[in-house]
Amino acid sequence: MKKEPIIQVKNASKSYPIAGKEFMALKQIDLSLNEGEFAGIVGPSGSGKTTLLNIIGSLDKPSQGDTFVLNKDIKALSHKEAASLRNFHIGFIFQVFNLLPVYTVFENVEFALLLQNNSAKQRREAVMRALKWVGLTAHADKRPDKLSGGESQRVAIARAMVKTPKIVLADEPTANLDSENAHEILKTMKKLNQELGTTFLFSTHDEKVMGYLDRTIHLRDGRIEKDVKNKL
Amino acid sequence: MKLELNLAFKNLFGARLRTLLNVLVLSFSFVIIIFLNSIMDGWDQQAQKDSIEWEFGNGHLINENFDPLDPYTILDGHGKIPEKSIGLTPILDRQAFIYPQGRMISIVLKGISSEQTILKLPTKILKESKEEFPVIIGKRLAESTKLNKGDRVQVRWRDNKGTYDANTLSIVEVFDSNVPNIDNGKIWIDINKLWEMTNLDNEASYFIVDDRFENPKLSSWNFKSQFALLKSLKDLINQKKTSQSIVYGLLLAIALLAIFDTQILSIFRRQKEIGTYIALGMTRLKVVRLFTIEGSVYSILALLVGSLYGVPFFIYMSKAGFPIPPADQKMGIALADVIYPVYGIKLILLTILTVIISATIVSYLPARKIAKLNPVLALKGKKQ
Repeated sequence: MKKEPIIQVKNASKSYPIAGKEFMALKQIDLSLNEGEFAGIVGPSGSGKTTLLNIIGSLDKPSQGDTFVLNKDIKALSHKEAASLRNFHIGFIFQVFNLLPVYTVFENVEFALLLQNNSAKQRREAVMRALKWVGLTAHADKRPDKLSGGESQRVAIARAMVKTPKIVLADEPTANLDSENAHEILKTMKKLNQELGTTFLFSTHDEKVMGYLDRTIHLRDGRIEKDVKNKL
Repeated sequence: MKLELNLAFKNLFGARLRTLLNVLVLSFSFVIIIFLNSIMDGWDQQAQKDSIEWEFGNGHLINENFDPLDPYTILDGHGKIPEKSIGLTPILDRQAFIYPQGRMISIVLKGISSEQTILKLPTKILKESKEEFPVIIGKRLAESTKLNKGDRVQVRWRDNKGTYDANTLSIVEVFDSNVPNIDNGKIWIDINKLWEMTNLDNEASYFIVDDRFENPKLSSWNFKSQFALLKSLKDLINQKKTSQSIVYGLLLAIALLAIFDTQILSIFRRQKEIGTYIALGMTRLKVVRLFTIEGSVYSILALLVGSLYGVPFFIYMSKAGFPIPPADQKMGIALADVIYPVYGIKLILLTILTVIISATIVSYLPARKIAKLNPVLALKGKKQ
């Protein structure tokens, strides 16, 4: 049975005004991702990876063309609708973890569920389940400044996964990790992708990540250079 | 709202020193504003009480030709005591001169019944004294004329025909009152004696009325209620309160500036956090609300911290009172040596509301900027 595309980018371009001139970060991108894919946007710095990820994550809008995520037109979404889409269906993992410093590990992971108005019992169960997925149940009461880089990124994964979103967007998730931690993180994400069917989309230029991807979309100067299905 | 409140408390407790400093500054404003206002209210209550007890009673019934503020009306401003005079204590004012230590000082001789009880003046002593012309004076006149209890002083006055007469007054008591109006330049004498001295038998310039007085229409006499008599005092205190509000306005402004500054700094420094909130699905409006509530929570925490040291301080001051320097007591208004602050519910609630509302406004003003932030740049921590 053919899977429905969960993300569709159609002829999308993005330009920014820099020093009085328009800089084209993305040029006529066409891309489609199906549910359950474990894909990565790969390319050198400045190729437009993060810009594309931000548009798919409804944090930004294309200057031209269309982007549909879960059949919702990103360009047409209001701030409130975009926030709701992110809250319920999209998990983010950032290069520098972006954990909230004054919250404990538990509270950081719980945050997304607080926004969904879940009951305390539901939240507790979901947070502990997510922490179990990433192997951090023993660190629930710690503050982020007491965690290592690898542990912090695992908290970020738990935070992205706790709401069991359809899509997880990971922007250079291994850039600040050593090799061993990077492999651990990638294995965890791959496992979650396989067990929960969550679609993962990375932006990376880390070769370690590429080794785990089912699909690699190469981006250069804002254009898709090639789109490769990997045999693992 | 519950979520934002919960997060705001977590953020503020997490920020520790920054929160502590803002809360301390704001709590100081809370305590000072309440204390300054309570002193004014204490003065207001004390001044009104003293004025009623020493000068006004339940009101004055004044001869139509007499104006207490115009000394030129003393001569002719008097009339016969009405037949139906229930609840009236007559006062007769006459101008006179005394000669303490060879100096001539203009004074007002005030005749009052030695049996009166409506005013706190110790007039009973006038009846008990064996002196020919016993009088009582206040501490201010005693101080300015260097007269003491037991002293004698020459007095010269005019009778109803305008003829000058003179005699010797005996100071039988120096009373201590907070009301300068009954003291400065006033000598109190038994009204029967004054009638005798001036041939103004059964005449009065005005009456102090008590609660038996029913205010019948009496020709030649105008009634001025206690409320009307207190009006000038209240106006003066209100004017003082207004000028003092500038002081606590400044204090509050300093505290609010600290919050405003913290908010500006927070929004500038916490861009990545703001971006993360938005990426995790918080609407911009909720983030604005979160930062606004954080600012408002300062005022709630300040209220709690202020209560910790403010309540014992207020209790102590309400017992010990606030001493007024002697120089201030010569201002010509009813002012006690010590003012006991009065903490009214209205005062406290109004102060709390003022501080919370102003803290919320100064928190909201910079927080509005969040609604315009680009979340992508915010996530990167780029200053916008």
